[in-house]
Amino acid sequence: MFGKLSLESIPIHEPIIMGAVAAIALAAVLLLGGITYFKKWQYLWSEWITSVDHKKLGIMYFIVALVMLVRGFSDAIMMRSQQALAAGGSSGYLPPEHFDQIFTAHGVIMIFFVAMPMVIGLMNLVVPLQIGARDVAFPFLNNLSFWLFVAGVVLVNLSLFIGEFAKTGWLAYAPLSELKYSPDVGVDYWIWALQISGIGTTLTGINFFVTILKLRTKGMTMFRMPIFTWTSLCANVLIIASFPILTATIAMLTLDRYFGMHFFTNDFGGNMMLYVNLIWAWGHPEVYILILPAFGVFSEVTSTFSRKRLFGYTTMVWATVCITVLSFMVWLHHFFTMGAGANVNAFFGIMTMIIAIPTGVKIFNWLFTMFRGSIQFTSPVLWTLGFIVTFTLGGMTGVMLAIPGADFVLHNSLFVIAHFHNVIIGGVVFGMMAGLTYWFPKAFGFTLNEKWGKRSFWCWIIGFYMAFMPLYALSFFGAVRRMQSYADTSWQPLMILAWVGAVIILLGIACTIIQLYVSIRDRKQNLDVTGDPWDARTFEWSTASPAPFYNFAHLPETTGIDSFWEAKQKNGAEALLSQGPYEDIHMPKNTVAGPVIGILSIVLGFALIWHIWWLAALSGAGMFVAFLMRVFNDDIDYYVPAAEVERIEREHRERWARRDELEHTNRLEVRA
Amino acid sequence: MRRKSFTRAINTLLLITLPLLLAGCGSALLDSKGQIGQEQTRLILTVFGLMMIVVIPVIGMTFWFAIRYRRSNKNAVYQPEWAHSNAIEVAIWLIPCLIIAVLATLTWKTSHSLDPHKPIESDVAPMEIQVVSLDWKWLFIYPEQGIATVNEVAFPKDVPVRFRVTSGSVMNSFFIPHLGSQIYAMAGMDNDVHLIANEKGVYPGRSTNYSGSGFAGMTFDAHVTSEEAFDDWVENVRESADSLTFPKEYEALALPTRDVPVKYFSEISPRLYEDIIQSFHTGRDGDTSPNSHGDAPMSAEAAE
Amino acid sequence: MATQTMTNQHAQTAAAEHEHDHHADHHDTGGTTVFGFWVYLMSDLVIFGSLFATYAVLAGGTAGGPSGQDIFELPFVLVETFLLLFSSFTYGMAVLAMNTNKVGQLKAWLGITFLLGAAFVGMELYEFQHLIAEGFGPDRSAFLTAFFTLVGTHGLHVTFGLIWILVMFLQVSTKGLNAMTRPRIMCLSLFWHFLDIVWICVFSFVYLMGVL
Repeated sequence: MFGKLSLESIPIHEPIIMGAVAAIALAAVLLLGGITYFKKWQYLWSEWITSVDHKKLGIMYFIVALVMLVRGFSDAIMMRSQQALAAGGSSGYLPPEHFDQIFTAHGVIMIFFVAMPMVIGLMNLVVPLQIGARDVAFPFLNNLSFWLFVAGVVLVNLSLFIGEFAKTGWLAYAPLSELKYSPDVGVDYWIWALQISGIGTTLTGINFFVTILKLRTKGMTMFRMPIFTWTSLCANVLIIASFPILTATIAMLTLDRYFGMHFFTNDFGGNMMLYVNLIWAWGHPEVYILILPAFGVFSEVTSTFSRKRLFGYTTMVWATVCITVLSFMVWLHHFFTMGAGANVNAFFGIMTMIIAIPTGVKIFNWLFTMFRGSIQFTSPVLWTLGFIVTFTLGGMTGVMLAIPGADFVLHNSLFVIAHFHNVIIGGVVFGMMAGLTYWFPKAFGFTLNEKWGKRSFWCWIIGFYMAFMPLYALSFFGAVRRMQSYADTSWQPLMILAWVGAVIILLGIACTIIQLYVSIRDRKQNLDVTGDPWDARTFEWSTASPAPFYNFAHLPETTGIDSFWEAKQKNGAEALLSQGPYEDIHMPKNTVAGPVIGILSIVLGFALIWHIWWLAALSGAGMFVAFLMRVFNDDIDYYVPAAEVERIEREHRERWARRDELEHTNRLEVRA
Repeated sequence: MRRKSFTRAINTLLLITLPLLLAGCGSALLDSKGQIGQEQTRLILTVFGLMMIVVIPVIGMTFWFAIRYRRSNKNAVYQPEWAHSNAIEVAIWLIPCLIIAVLATLTWKTSHSLDPHKPIESDVAPMEIQVVSLDWKWLFIYPEQGIATVNEVAFPKDVPVRFRVTSGSVMNSFFIPHLGSQIYAMAGMDNDVHLIANEKGVYPGRSTNYSGSGFAGMTFDAHVTSEEAFDDWVENVRESADSLTFPKEYEALALPTRDVPVKYFSEISPRLYEDIIQSFHTGRDGDTSPNSHGDAPMSAEAAE
Repeated sequence: MATQTMTNQHAQTAAAEHEHDHHADHHDTGGTTVFGFWVYLMSDLVIFGSLFATYAVLAGGTAGGPSGQDIFELPFVLVETFLLLFSSFTYGMAVLAMNTNKVGQLKAWLGITFLLGAAFVGMELYEFQHLIAEGFGPDRSAFLTAFFTLVGTHGLHVTFGLIWILVMFLQVSTKGLNAMTRPRIMCLSLFWHFLDIVWICVFSFVYLMGVL
């Protein structure tokens, strides 16, 4: 009746897990109780849960990502603590069965449920505004993508207190992830969380690819698009081309585990090397999906806060395209030590190095944007400067790893760990923090507190170096990754230093949480009344903050790069405020099918994990019916009356006229 | 104010990194005990140096531009529309291309010279040691001597060793940091890595590829000795009462165990290693008929 | 903030009064839909590509069991192929009927396409069931795993296509040909022909090369 599920599946004998569960349960009770008490369910349902508005979906993605950052980082601190303790015979406080789940969950959560949603969240919020569109090409699919992603989040969190998570590492290599060596449900949680949210991501890729190619406003040729949109386009190409590989590979592992097939088993002709190749054929483009939008953020931030045009726009675009194409030709560098032979290894090593060239070009372009600019050290700029230094170092260690001869002694060591955290933290995290700060006012109508933003930055950058430089050093002593304990006590001081670094990063995360609290508390002092708090260059800044749900009363027209900026210089900002006469605006309606399908997919995933076949069939059928209902529904759009548009635009103009009175500017004075 | 926080930051960074750099002395990778490892050390340091050609100027420019072109510095030139320069474009594409060209050549050459499958050139005759990764210990088989050990391997100094590596369970990676290259251990496949030790000593070894709950304890010691001491060691192993036959005693050994103490086997089945590999080439119900590609165990390279 | 942005609810009730009071500002949503579907097909192509690559790697892994030569029956597969190819032709006729607004003919051709596709799937299921009964199911060896998965994934796609044909039959019957149903019939057309092309690859790469 309940498949493999039983009361024993709840790990009541594990105090740490039960403690975490209690904390999460408490938070959930407070949250849900609060919503009920303040009678906000109707509001939540109609304004957020069923919304197809790309801006709201973007905000929700980012909120979920920040929450998951707490869980992913808890894993990190637990790992650092364990490794600081478990030297020379001591077994620390985490037995292998627990430690192994933690490092697996850490990787899965950080990549799939923190970094990806941050990137997708920013793309959602910003791209349609930047191209002068009203929404994405397929708003219903956009909502569906979000709820499929949430399904993955829920499943990964469910694994904490019902059953267990995978103990295989974040990529679940075969044959360790096969039924023979991982008979428990952990790998199944991994499978369904990633498979369901992966489909959401693929849909996002298709959605934004079509949006950018088809919905650009009048006059915006490809080479007049903002640079963040370009990097988003390339990232979405990568998603479309690479995520299906993940879908197929996870499906194959699923068939092995559920139907006894032999894709990757040790015997009966299965080939574990095939798994490694397929998973990295997805895996390498994945990291470029993360970094390219971050590069886009840095381009926008550098240009805006240097008050200068982006240097080498065309080269930036071509460099991004080069990186996109090359990212498909390097995957073998993740397993030089599999023994492929010198020619194959050398080819992939050289291809990997070649990516360093366009990447380097981008870094120089950012530097030359700052050159002879007028730079203001806002926190986004600090994140950018920190990025340039940190990412360059990380890229350097990447080139070192790209040489097969060197990789033979560095593979799977702490050098690799330090390298990829170097580029992911220095690149993706710093980029997302800069993007968060930069576009926050556009989303919410007030700016973030600068003081706490800067404190967060300093904690992150100092903490990062303290946490990861020791790992580079340790790798030279032969320390490898995923060690629950180690014999050599001379490694311990560096492990403790790394732990201190992690604690400092924790302070950085705390600063961000405090920053959010303080900013919301003080929002009336930090209003963004004009919609253009940074005196920036692209179209998203031509709308009110937050942007009206229809984005633009009149779709803008472009005449070149940074068209908004040019128009401001020529006619002044006030002349760019919208004027009547207004027209009815065609907008998509909310969707119930999106969240319903998403929630049913949680049930489906759970049922499949625990082999509750009747429940799986039922929820699967439910998803199909919900989809059919959507497909047969004609009432999916409406027209906003011109009078309503006029009312909203007039309100914005009136506030704009009173901006000096309304904007207390507790934040940095950016203009002039 | 800005300058002060930058200086503070740099000071902190130096304080952290210097002891780390010094700590590198005497480390396995930077102070390798074998020819292969030493070549790899040279390679790592060479690449590091070449990358510094780019890294140091970039970091320097970052600080220099940020400080010089800060908004409060009214002495700096401000050219808001300057966004293109052919000279700079040529430089920023060309210089990295040149460095990568050098690195690419280095990559090609060292991928071949450090190819784990390539025998080591030496006047001394090579010896063969077969390695099987199990859950969670290492089995070493000496085909020439007819003995086997668990979690301890010995070989004479200055003798090239061909390690043939396979797995009795999941994917592992055979690695002796002081000697150089690692290689994946995969069931049903016969991988190999050639290593040599040029200094006597006891060097720790381990798996680098996570393989389950006993992974952390999956370590062994590599004893590099004189020829005579090696012969003594072999004799010592031969005095053990234990034997390792295939399949019975091997399957008992292959059961999952953790933190396994050193074991010696004075007798082994004659084709123990090949049998272990072959055991993964079976069909249904232990049917040991060969697959359509013939009898020979597949090497990882051929399969790629 | 609440005053600046209008809630969706409010907009939608206000809009209800102005339902038909606007000029069409269709930015070619039908064209965008079809383009989006092309892009989806490209992602589907990558899935099939992964499965083909997998088949290529695992085809030799027969683990003492049968190889392609032992189990593939080309005459049977030939019939399947003709069924599918012909169904592509009949779907083409359906699209022609749609373009000339002949709803009755459209539905007829859809029906024939459905029957041909269903026959294809039926034959495939028969082939699979027959192999499994002989002990040559997908759990017997890596080769059979890859074979069943590649061919089965294609068959699953065709099955979804059949369901889609039924849905379109229903939608055309109840709503007629409009701005919503036309692009969908085009998308289904792309889907159906795409599956045909994939089948040609399967037929050549798996069955023919397996036997020759």
